Amino acid sequence: MTNAVTNVVAELIPHFEGYVYPNEATQQPLWSILIVLYPYITGLVAGAFIMASLVRVFNVKALEPVYRLSMLTAFAFLLCAPLPLLFHLGHPERCFEVMMTPHLTSPMAIFGFVYAWYLMAVLLLELWFDYRRDFVEWSEVTPGFRGTLYRLFTVGVTDVSDPALKLDFKIGHILSVVGIPSAFLLHGYVGFIFGSVKANPWWGNALMPIIFIMSAMVSGIALCVFNYMVLSWVRRKALDMKCLDVMCMFLFYALVVDAAIEGLDWIHRIYSAEEGFQVIQYMAREKLFYTLSLGQVTLGTLVPLLLLGSLQLLRRRVPDLIRRRMYFASGALILLGVLAMRWNVVIGGQTFSKSLRGVMTYKMEFAGLEGWYMGAALLLLPFIILTVFVKIFLSEKLPSTAPLEPHPAHAR
Amino acid sequence: MKSWLSRRNLLSRLSIAAAGLLAASAARSAKAAVQKVFASSGAPRGYDPAMHKWRMAIDANRCIGCGLCAEACKKENHVPEGQYFRTWIERYIIAKPKPGSGEARGETLVDSPSGGMHGFPESIVPNAEIQHSFFVPKLCNLCEHSPCVQVCPVGATFDAPDGTVLIDPKYCIGCGFCIQACPYGCRFLSPVTKTAEKCTLCYHRITRGLKPACVEVCPTQARVFGDLMNPVADDPLQQFYQNNLVQALKPHLGTKPRVFYAGIDKEVR
Repeated sequence: MTNAVTNVVAELIPHFEGYVYPNEATQQPLWSILIVLYPYITGLVAGAFIMASLVRVFNVKALEPVYRLSMLTAFAFLLCAPLPLLFHLGHPERCFEVMMTPHLTSPMAIFGFVYAWYLMAVLLLELWFDYRRDFVEWSEVTPGFRGTLYRLFTVGVTDVSDPALKLDFKIGHILSVVGIPSAFLLHGYVGFIFGSVKANPWWGNALMPIIFIMSAMVSGIALCVFNYMVLSWVRRKALDMKCLDVMCMFLFYALVVDAAIEGLDWIHRIYSAEEGFQVIQYMAREKLFYTLSLGQVTLGTLVPLLLLGSLQLLRRRVPDLIRRRMYFASGALILLGVLAMRWNVVIGGQTFSKSLRGVMTYKMEFAGLEGWYMGAALLLLPFIILTVFVKIFLSEKLPSTAPLEPHPAHAR
Repeated sequence: MKSWLSRRNLLSRLSIAAAGLLAASAARSAKAAVQKVFASSGAPRGYDPAMHKWRMAIDANRCIGCGLCAEACKKENHVPEGQYFRTWIERYIIAKPKPGSGEARGETLVDSPSGGMHGFPESIVPNAEIQHSFFVPKLCNLCEHSPCVQVCPVGATFDAPDGTVLIDPKYCIGCGFCIQACPYGCRFLSPVTKTAEKCTLCYHRITRGLKPACVEVCPTQARVFGDLMNPVADDPLQQFYQNNLVQALKPHLGTKPRVFYAGIDKEVR
């Protein structure tokens, strides 16, 4: 029995072609599925927030129906963003040292601060100012535990007079304006973690933060499309087609920019063909064929570009039902494509030796901390949290107020 | 009016809390700076790192690939079993070009079975077809601009004033960023301590006047070790610098390695 188990484990040890440094042989990839999920989830946060700020800062009225859902999505995913990082540490109990004694030349050291800033100063505050009036109202009309919960969320501030609401609105607006560069910072910095590694020709690249920001926006908007459609389906509510059209228009343009920048990155790599290009080329052709050529490029970029692009031209001629399906397919494909992109960056960057003489094969395990189950659980967790948030903060039973402007009825 | 005040109160309390967090962070930074001076490095009391500049140099012409250095290092530093090495030896075999190929050289084969710890098996390229064959001992390059030090999020790995690059195992959080950042594959995450490990030049030995274990056992003096601040008579390190044109590994990365190599080929990375 033990032998059988050992054999299974032995099969999981990656094998190599060519020469890899001995220390690379045992631990590749040192950063696996957890670190794939980390930039993925963080990117979804940044993207969903940008989506929400289209309403708030850029005044895109058509997107109002998804404003709160986008904010809650960003919040739910942000709560889960540090988990994969935390789990993969050799000493998770020392994680607070990153914030308490940060080493300021390290791209990773800033994460704690950017994260805390984004969570506490931007998202939480903005959500609170958005919901303050609702909390007050809901706490009055809801009995029992739920009512107590809403009362707790008011933190004792029950003033819903007109000037107070105006101030809420103003502060919310300022926070949203501050939030946009913060979201860029949050995810640009994640890109920099990889882009700053000059030892690795796959990662060390000035375009990396920009690629990460753009793909974050794409994936975040796609997630909002996905969530909005699923939520409407679950609640048996009609979709606001205008809202969906506008959302997908932004998704399309973000995807165009993202694809252009990533294409530029590849053109630059191929043209300059620097040291290490050969091994990168081999890897892209052989080792990452399914996730790169098929997943990221074809299914995650080209097909959605085609679907969304054709709808930009022929929107009026395509019936609602078909349009909805095309939007849903594009959103879901983009979500998978961006996940594949994170995989290609993180795993791809570790499947060749820094001696540039060999490549490795990575087989992901099923169980264990870095396995499929753990990955799936970590991906599901934000959706579970979001479901709870939707139940509490987007309840159908409670009177909904226009979230973005002081309500005239409350003027005293 | 009351509720206005309560909101203002709330906001000011929030700001006080944020300021408190920041102040705590600054205090901890100061504490860490102090800690770093007394970091757990294994040096004896009274050792003054400012009075030394330790260096190692490799004369690849002398290396016979016996692997004693890698073995000694494993034992001396309790390096975990398996493919974990603070130092290892690579064998380079550069084949002759195929006749009529118009090439100057044939293919380059590199291997390091078990880090070269037990020597090397017979080459798969027949002797008659080998143009060059040589061994290259590898270790931490003790970079002046160490990318590993730069990226450590907590400052657990640091440049000591005596020219070594050390890791405080009590402080390392095991994130692996330094391992990714090292271009030379010199670091690994110990399965035992769950922290990063690397060559320290046998810090516990050199700070007591001994040589690193690998230097001690090398039968051919391929590994040369010394103190630039306190040269001895006929200092082997000074002689090495005097007698050889040297190279550093991957100089284009700007890491400025302080370990110099003599007698290596362009194929060595």
